[in-house]
Amino acid sequence: MSVSLQSSSLIALAGLPNSGKTSLFNALTGSRQKVANYPGVTVERKEGAIPLPDGRVLRVLDLPGTYSLDARTPDEEITRDVLLGRIQGEAPPAALIVVVDATNLERNLGLVLELRELKVPLVLALNMMDLAKKRGLDLDLETFSNELQIPVIPTVAVKNTGTDQIVTAVNLAIDRVAQESRSKTKTGVQTWSKPEASAVRDRFNEVDRILRKSTRRSTAPSLWTERLDRLFLHPIFGLSILALVLALIFQAIFSWASLPADWIESGVSAFGVWVGSLMADGPLKDLLVNGVISGVGSVVVFLPQILILFAFILVLEDSGYLARAAFMMDRIMGGVGLHGRAFIPLLSSYACAIPGILSTRTIANPRDRLATILVAPLTTCSARLPVYTLLVGAFVPDRPFLGPFRTQGAVLFALYLLGTLAPLTMAWVFRRTVLKGPKPTLLMELPTYKMPSLRGVVLGLVERTKIFLRRAGTVILSLSVLVWFLSSYPKVPAQGQQNQASVMPAIHSSYAGTLGHAVEPLLRPLGFDWRVGIALIPGFAAREVMVSALATVYAIEGDEATVESALSERLAASWTLATALSLMVWYVFAPQCLSTLAVVRRETNSWRWSIFLLVYMTALAYLASFLTYRLVSGFGWGG
Amino acid sequence: MSKKSLPLGQLKKGVRARIISVSASSEDLVRNLLEMGLIEGSMVRVVHQAPLGGDPIAVEVRGALIALRRQEAAGITVELSDSGGAS
Repeated sequence: MSVSLQSSSLIALAGLPNSGKTSLFNALTGSRQKVANYPGVTVERKEGAIPLPDGRVLRVLDLPGTYSLDARTPDEEITRDVLLGRIQGEAPPAALIVVVDATNLERNLGLVLELRELKVPLVLALNMMDLAKKRGLDLDLETFSNELQIPVIPTVAVKNTGTDQIVTAVNLAIDRVAQESRSKTKTGVQTWSKPEASAVRDRFNEVDRILRKSTRRSTAPSLWTERLDRLFLHPIFGLSILALVLALIFQAIFSWASLPADWIESGVSAFGVWVGSLMADGPLKDLLVNGVISGVGSVVVFLPQILILFAFILVLEDSGYLARAAFMMDRIMGGVGLHGRAFIPLLSSYACAIPGILSTRTIANPRDRLATILVAPLTTCSARLPVYTLLVGAFVPDRPFLGPFRTQGAVLFALYLLGTLAPLTMAWVFRRTVLKGPKPTLLMELPTYKMPSLRGVVLGLVERTKIFLRRAGTVILSLSVLVWFLSSYPKVPAQGQQNQASVMPAIHSSYAGTLGHAVEPLLRPLGFDWRVGIALIPGFAAREVMVSALATVYAIEGDEATVESALSERLAASWTLATALSLMVWYVFAPQCLSTLAVVRRETNSWRWSIFLLVYMTALAYLASFLTYRLVSGFGWGG
Repeated sequence: MSKKSLPLGQLKKGVRARIISVSASSEDLVRNLLEMGLIEGSMVRVVHQAPLGGDPIAVEVRGALIALRRQEAAGITVELSDSGGAS
């Protein structure tokens, strides 16, 4: 009986941010992890499995890092609620591993003392023990463990040291509780109330007492961190290095990604040709080649870029540099009324607004957080890149511009600049109108620098790839099929087609054509015709679908001669520069991403802010596109 | 020997001092400051200033580097640890 109960035991990992909690989670579970969401919120629920020697399995939950149970952010609330058994459908953990940064006991033990008051067995993982020893820590483990009344296991998570001992200690703790509680009845939900400030003071005094008793020599500050910070936070060098790092990231996104992107592109088109050659002409072949393969393929091409950006963000975050960047940027962020930490969500939003919005969960004040959420989607995300690349490639001549820069790069840079200034400006506007309030506070730890762990980065990238491909395989696939269907049906009767083929392509009379024509009057002032209208409609679901939709529309419309030429050439032949620039500007501002709107709804718990986002961004986009089209046409490039 | 006390926001870079009181605009913020280790009796030192305008600052306290703005730092009173700072 106890075996079946034990085999599904759930334990949890808790600890301060940067205590190496996730490294220990990775070391304990390897790749046996699954990521889901807690019900009703977008906080990631990371669960892993540890196979035990006797064949049973221990389930481990990696809780978000927290400084105390007095939660300040939605992430920390989850940690508190899981530990208190307050989450529906989530059993409170049978035991808790508290991960402590051994190089910084003075500060980490406060949480341990707080968690000790919960009715759950604790095991303390004294992580980064090798570093702590190197920096002079001389700790009497036995006294330490006795004073804390908790089993203490020294670990080095990145080297898998101590993981077996942790598992043994946890099993012992669970078994002991199981024996003790056989007589008593256990209540799942625990009571907890906000501690008084004096309780926090008492806790730290107790920490000092325990450390005085058990340490013979304490850890010296990291010399490396101080030396590196003297450079990285230097008034001139610090900012120059930050500028260089950002420049390197963008350079990498555009140049390193082009080779793998080319492989994917030629792979996709070869696959399309191969599938086409196997099948007889007909609607099914049309659907597969023009709908599915060309639609999904045009989006999967951007996987390398997204992975490169995330690799940078993961490495920078893991190393401790990202917190420094936020520290340096606080003045600018604070100047427009954003929290210093808003820098990280905004940087992530260059990859995708969704992880950006999710990372605002580290911002404590709801108003500060909302301001960041509302402007993050204005940042130039990677889904806009396909649109920009296509349009810049088709309409901007590749000429030398200034020094090593060429015109195409300059236009792209200008679009990114616009996508950087827009969120800052709008944050300033919101903080003076709808989100008036006191200036946000900044209180943030600058962690000790460390080598990023390869395993952590790889696992993070694998996760991103899965999410992206799942999206490509579901949302984008179904939308591609939908666009294909709407643009292909109803078919023009065969004889009609013969008479009118040269003047009126089949797509005109399709559903999509009808829809496109219906919205054309609205879009005319922006320089868009009905074909852009067709592409914009599914583009509201996801920006990059606009490219595949245009590809599908033009593939269906085109005759034999034009099908051979690339989409960019076809666009160059049929659009004016004013239309192209207007469309680029539209994409700087337009809220064309259903997933973002859905995430904003979940994160703000109401549709109100999603609708606000939709309305204000659409209005901005319309206005900006209109002005662009008028101005460029006025210069005589309207054709 | 009188010990000189001043707000943390005005402490010179590199000078060590002891925290003698922690106050802020709200009780929540006080608790947050305490939880970050800015606690009475702990030694503190301003280690870095942000490049743009010298605000926020980064202080070393209880073995960690904590970034905060001068405005919040103004609510924390410190005293120079010995005559070395004052004289």
